Amino acid sequence: MPEAVSAVEMRGIVKRFPGVLANDRVDFDLRQGEIHALLGENGAGKSTLMNVLAGLYRPEDGAIWVHGAPVNFRSPRDAIVHGIGMVHQHFMLVPSLTVTENILLGLHEPRFLMQLPAYHKRIAALEERFGLGVAPEAKIWQLSVGEQQRVEVLKMLYRGAEVLVMDEPTAVLAPQEVDELFATLRSMTAEGKSIVLISHKLNEVMAISDRITVLRKGRTAGPPLDTGSTSREALAELMVGRKVLFEISKDIQAPGDLVMSIENVSAENDQGLPALGGVSLQIRSGEILGLAGVAGNGQSELAEVITGLRPCTAGQVTINGKQVSNLPARVAIDANVAHIPMDRTGVGSSPNLSITDNLIMKAYRQRPISKGWSIDGRFARRHATKLKDEYEIIAPSIDTQSRLLSGGNLQRVILAREMSGKPQAIVAVQPTRGLDVGAIEGVQRLLLEQRRAGAAVLLISEELEELLSLADRIAVIYEGEILGIVEDQDQEAVGLMMAGHREIPAKEGERKSG
Amino acid sequence: MNWTIILHAGIASGTVLLFATVGEVLAERAGILNLGLEGMMLIGAMSAYSMAINYGNPWLGLVAGMAAAGLLSLVHGFVSIHLRADQVVSGLSLTFLGTGLSLVFGEGLSKAGAVALLPKFTLPVLSSIPFLGDIFFTNQSVMVYVGFLLAPAAWYYINRTRPGMHMRAVGEYPAAADSMGINVYGVRYLYTCIGGMLAGLAGATISLAVSPGWFSHMTTSGQGWIAVGLTIFAQWDPLRAAAGSYAFGALRRLILDLQGPTKLLLWDNPFYYNPYWGFFLKMIPYAFTIAVLVIGSREAMRKRLGTPAALGVPYTRGQRGV
Repeated sequence: MPEAVSAVEMRGIVKRFPGVLANDRVDFDLRQGEIHALLGENGAGKSTLMNVLAGLYRPEDGAIWVHGAPVNFRSPRDAIVHGIGMVHQHFMLVPSLTVTENILLGLHEPRFLMQLPAYHKRIAALEERFGLGVAPEAKIWQLSVGEQQRVEVLKMLYRGAEVLVMDEPTAVLAPQEVDELFATLRSMTAEGKSIVLISHKLNEVMAISDRITVLRKGRTAGPPLDTGSTSREALAELMVGRKVLFEISKDIQAPGDLVMSIENVSAENDQGLPALGGVSLQIRSGEILGLAGVAGNGQSELAEVITGLRPCTAGQVTINGKQVSNLPARVAIDANVAHIPMDRTGVGSSPNLSITDNLIMKAYRQRPISKGWSIDGRFARRHATKLKDEYEIIAPSIDTQSRLLSGGNLQRVILAREMSGKPQAIVAVQPTRGLDVGAIEGVQRLLLEQRRAGAAVLLISEELEELLSLADRIAVIYEGEILGIVEDQDQEAVGLMMAGHREIPAKEGERKSG
Repeated sequence: MNWTIILHAGIASGTVLLFATVGEVLAERAGILNLGLEGMMLIGAMSAYSMAINYGNPWLGLVAGMAAAGLLSLVHGFVSIHLRADQVVSGLSLTFLGTGLSLVFGEGLSKAGAVALLPKFTLPVLSSIPFLGDIFFTNQSVMVYVGFLLAPAAWYYINRTRPGMHMRAVGEYPAAADSMGINVYGVRYLYTCIGGMLAGLAGATISLAVSPGWFSHMTTSGQGWIAVGLTIFAQWDPLRAAAGSYAFGALRRLILDLQGPTKLLLWDNPFYYNPYWGFFLKMIPYAFTIAVLVIGSREAMRKRLGTPAALGVPYTRGQRGV
């Protein structure tokens, strides 16, 4: 048995899914009162390992001790009885129930009648203790994402969790909300609770954690590290298995003529509610305009209006003076607008078609791929082979169905199709989301290449770092309105606006424009 | 036409719909769509009638009807919960299975002779309320009074109790319920079975109280389908389900009575002079059901109506979302 000082000790954990070995003899230990980061790329097995600890998955092999006593969890309820609670990346909250109801879900008390008012009070008291403000009577669907996360944390605290596992908690938060969350986490460790923070973001891991365990391809990349005695570079190398370049070098170049002009555009979302309220942006040739904002503030609607996939209720979008909004998507394609959509399998590609077919999906109407009525198959295949080499798409052949490709390779197929047409304007929505560090680098390089070639790029991203390193200017969208444009990479100003603050500290005032 | 008689009969006939609809509301709030109501009601009606004839005790019939339909619903439960089959297909099959079984076992039952029925009585005090007392509380079957209690009790159970909250959680977001240690499969089996038993109760109420006898598949004559439509129409609320059921009960009776008089208001009654026009009248409840089902299945409408988010979606642990 391991020494009793650890709050949690996991030894030799093996977890298999059909065709995947998600955890291969992983060891992990968590000390009382520490914040321990579990770092790794997507698919490295971080969430799987913690789902095992939280009782959601049962491991094929390995053993777990909690405060020195061996445990065998059959369900999340077993885990919480032993003081282990997990806040999942996808919140496990019932939208139609209130905060209090969600917290009481699955408990033996109250026995039968709910008597909610009494419980509202108890939960308010708990909120006060840990600085987690959220109205107990509110229904979940009325809450912001940050508030929902607090409910998840409250749920675990109410059950007496001593160990809290947070799965990628900052992915859904604005920068200021991240600060609040970190303050809450610190107040919890001050009370003796222990926290596991799952993350793939090096900066936040360096900022908040006491120790770090790195996972790579289902295995631990060495013993836990003390955060104070390691570096971003060293961690990145452990995560990826090779050296990674952080700084993408961007040449200074003066932007050219106005290409994409978005004038006072308003649009509705899928539910018929206003999503955009009078958005105006101008993007010039050879310029990358970054659009920052927390997800769901109108970004995807804006991208769809520009590419002709969504009608706008007011205003218009022009490319080189030619209107493309409220017209068929083909008008935007003919105006040479490239679209890298967020939804790669639903919008960006057709999963059951071959790589070749996906690659010619936009150019199929033009010579030489089309021959009047028919498609020149031989030319299409030559074209596809050329792109496959050029964009380093790793696949058995060009006839492989695109659904069989990994995320990074699928994104290369989409980029190859969109970029090979020498676009005038590019709308890229979260082009690096979910990709490995290596693939991210490739996508960012391509965008900069297009900038050099004179394309006007609208880069929509939730990764502030990505925007800061790629974009010439950063506009911030909040609830369908542009709150301001930052031209000198002022991270704090962008962060404040992402959280909806229109007022920016005095020195930033003069920078606000269009 | 006598409105008191129409409404009085409407309440009795609506009680059948009420039991079936409240049962379906409970099952659907837990995420199980059971289109087999018609089959379960027939099994319930047949078993209840058969038992009452053989043992001369209508109460025993009632229990038998509920048990038979509850058992049949577990078939749907197993297929859609454990085997994760398409609930629409499974529910439709259940209708055929239930109808077939009850026709086979009910063969000859229609000529079996007199049977002891569930008692009718008048409630003291309440029956003396003017107009309403005559409709609701005078010479009604015991099942009608049970129906009055069932709808508010179900509402209270769903909205104000812990098991009711668990049921809603399972129907809205089973992954969340599971992560909180609620037995999702167990809850779904429970309410599938309760829904089945209430459908059986509805069937037994027909054959032993409201329109006594066994008339093979005409016993229910499609009321199971109307209950499916009413569930959506009621937006999964037992109180609205009760209101809708009584309204439809009264409508069924009104349709019959409309064909009687020679004059409607001041004009000649077209339904009296053209007897075939009556078929169009009889079509109304079913046309309504089709309309509700079509409208209720639209995705945008589902959100607006408050359809349980996980309705009809099998739950597998380890898959994200609903």
